[in-house]
Amino acid sequence: MPLFRNGRFEDDDWQIPAGDAPLPASGKVAVPKARFLAEREALRGRNAPVGVLLTAGDTLDDIVPDLPRLGLVVISFPKYADGRPYSLARLLRDRHGYVGELRASGDVLRDQVALMLRAGFDALDVTHAGTVAALREKRIVAVRHHYQPASAEASETRPDPRPWRRVSAALS
Amino acid sequence: MAKRPKTFHPVVATANDLPTGAVVFRHPDGDWSGDIAAAEIATTPEQADALLAHAQADQGPGNRIVDLALIEVVREGAFVRPTALRELIRTSGPTIALPADGRPAGH
Amino acid sequence: MYRYDEFDRTFVQERVAEFRDQVARRLSGELTEDQFKPLRLMNGVYLQLHAYMLRIAIPYGTLSSRQLRLLASIARDHDKGYGHFTTRQNLQFNWIALKDVPDILDKLAGVEMHAIQTSGNCIRNVTADHFAGAAADEAADPRPYAEILRQWSSLHPEFTFLPRKFKLAVIGAPNDRAAIQTHDIGLQVKRDETGSLGFAVYVGGGQGRTPMVARKLRDFLPEADLLAYCEAVLRVYNLEGRRDNKYKARIKILVHETGEAAFTEAVDAEFAALKGKALTLPADEVDRIGAYFASPAFASLPAQSDLYERAVKTDPAFARFASRNVHPHKIPGYGIVTISLKPTGQPPGDATATQMEAVADLAAHYGFDEIRVSHEQNLVLPHVRLDDIPAVFEALRAAGLATPNAGLVTDIISCPGLDYCSLATARSIPIAERLSERFADLDRQHAIGELKIKISGCINACGHHHVGHIGILGLERKGEEFYQITLGGSGDQICTIGEIVGRGFSSGEIVDAVETVIDTYLGLRTSPQETFLAAYRRVGEAPFREALYAAAG
Repeated sequence: MPLFRNGRFEDDDWQIPAGDAPLPASGKVAVPKARFLAEREALRGRNAPVGVLLTAGDTLDDIVPDLPRLGLVVISFPKYADGRPYSLARLLRDRHGYVGELRASGDVLRDQVALMLRAGFDALDVTHAGTVAALREKRIVAVRHHYQPASAEASETRPDPRPWRRVSAALS
Repeated sequence: MAKRPKTFHPVVATANDLPTGAVVFRHPDGDWSGDIAAAEIATTPEQADALLAHAQADQGPGNRIVDLALIEVVREGAFVRPTALRELIRTSGPTIALPADGRPAGH
Repeated sequence: MYRYDEFDRTFVQERVAEFRDQVARRLSGELTEDQFKPLRLMNGVYLQLHAYMLRIAIPYGTLSSRQLRLLASIARDHDKGYGHFTTRQNLQFNWIALKDVPDILDKLAGVEMHAIQTSGNCIRNVTADHFAGAAADEAADPRPYAEILRQWSSLHPEFTFLPRKFKLAVIGAPNDRAAIQTHDIGLQVKRDETGSLGFAVYVGGGQGRTPMVARKLRDFLPEADLLAYCEAVLRVYNLEGRRDNKYKARIKILVHETGEAAFTEAVDAEFAALKGKALTLPADEVDRIGAYFASPAFASLPAQSDLYERAVKTDPAFARFASRNVHPHKIPGYGIVTISLKPTGQPPGDATATQMEAVADLAAHYGFDEIRVSHEQNLVLPHVRLDDIPAVFEALRAAGLATPNAGLVTDIISCPGLDYCSLATARSIPIAERLSERFADLDRQHAIGELKIKISGCINACGHHHVGHIGILGLERKGEEFYQITLGGSGDQICTIGEIVGRGFSSGEIVDAVETVIDTYLGLRTSPQETFLAAYRRVGEAPFREALYAAAG
């Protein structure tokens, strides 16, 4: 799947084994939360980064202690109109100080990209052809001026002394 | 899914025109317009299925209709009238006098 | 009122450009209707029975004459010469072409207006007391807080895809004129015993098919914590609100199913983590926003106006208008004028372009250029010299806008119903029109006194029938419209959901049924001072049910 990261499409350096398939011997690997909790000790023993896959509706409580060691969290949007991943992303970034890659997957469409980036996602797994093309060709038209601080403070500027105004970089 | 009614009533295909929202009906030649009297009337379930299939094909990028439905109608002489109040209002407009600009209302 | 600076202008222009791009992609077929629908709703565009409907945000119901004139010109150029003021203080046009919407939004942007978040499962346009800044009973002006909330909630990246719509309302007076307890979050600005400003916070009110009165979660939330607390409530709702059934997706259901104590605990835990951080309201920011809402330069006037008093004495028509449509102002010598959009036999809340221009002229000449939209679908000139009110009355009369019925039986709230709305199950406007004709006699209306009739054309309750003193709900059975009556509802500070009184009435019967209810009230009230609602609260539904159904057995 095309991975949009750091403002461009990149090769995915993470392996996500299907179902109960055995873990690859080496390399970065990410597994669903249930498998992560079940195989936590074994995963800790690997000497490559480990990631967790979440979906809308998951809670973070039981993985919070692991966050400092995680290199990837993927949150899946079952439908783009399911807004729960935005709150999960903000909690990961702002509440729990997660600094690794935060990837949106599932129903990732161009009209939500700007919101996802503001909520703290920094990578998008994009399957929708129109969205891939729009990102590639830098045709996304989005609002860059914002009225509230969110979870992309490092990449946003403050245009004036107003406490909450932010401006994000252009997507295209 | 709604059960197919025991007795079949004639139907026409209706939708809204995508760019304007205007109420339109499908004609036998595949055109869509606001004239229900010119609409193709399906009088058997088989014709209705075929009409729906054609109309659905019109929803694609080129033909620009939205909110497609088959609605029951009765023919009264030269007139074609939807049986449901909602569809009657869709076809002939609000049942109230619209406020008329240019002269004060209520006097 | 609030004025845009360069940042605000850029924000709205960017939003118009974004929506223009979305419309173009829909028209080219790149977006399917399923993909486009939530995007258009989020910008106020519905597909109704006959055309697209565009709902334009009027933040907390405040308009300038320039804005109202622009709305009039849009009515002429893009619609059929009229617009409809809604129960959420917005304006909607019923006959809009989708292809024109981006250009209309450009025009709106030119007068600092937009259609952002007037629909969709997001935080909707914030409403407020339509007498804000003018009412004699006000502790503090709610508009600065409504504006702060408007900005914070505009395209909020976390809360754009909520389980369902989310409505906020703010008042600053003990008399609730904005029905805050029927909102997802209702806020009452107040002062504590030390004089500090803060909010009583109500959460989980709503109408629709499961009407609920909001719970008071906080009696006094300090001013500085407003946004942190709202963000906490919204985050709990976004994560925990039901998404499996749209009829159970509002926050009221979450509060109800979680239980008030557990819900409050969840909000408090989230609030504890957000409090004191980035969202804390700095006092200078409150002052900066508040400055936009500073009182206009009121003249120092005697409390009584001879001109006004003389007109009351000599002109019975003016006396009637003064008794219903003029409310006390906090400044001596001024009054608040309600412009009724409920003339006999007309759709409630509709105004023609010419009428909008007439009101804009009056606001510019006599009212410090301010117009308000009330949730009761009327317009308000909040600051008029008592000396000028007779002249304002004459001008309103010429424009067909002087109906002296504010708060009376013909001041009916009605949704558009099946004449326009694709969700409706029955027509509302014809019932409102027939009721206003039945009770057209002004002596009779004034004798009946304060009485709020509210009509919805479906269970979604846009016409607020649950909180009507007399509520009417239009339904459909076997292809026929019928109307259910609820009694005793109230959207004010003693918020009450009306009770269904019995089986419904046909379209032909409903006006007689309402008249029977009102005649029953007139027969049992202890004095003309006992309002319908007070009488109903005293006697209950039994006498009304008896009168309505006794004959049928």
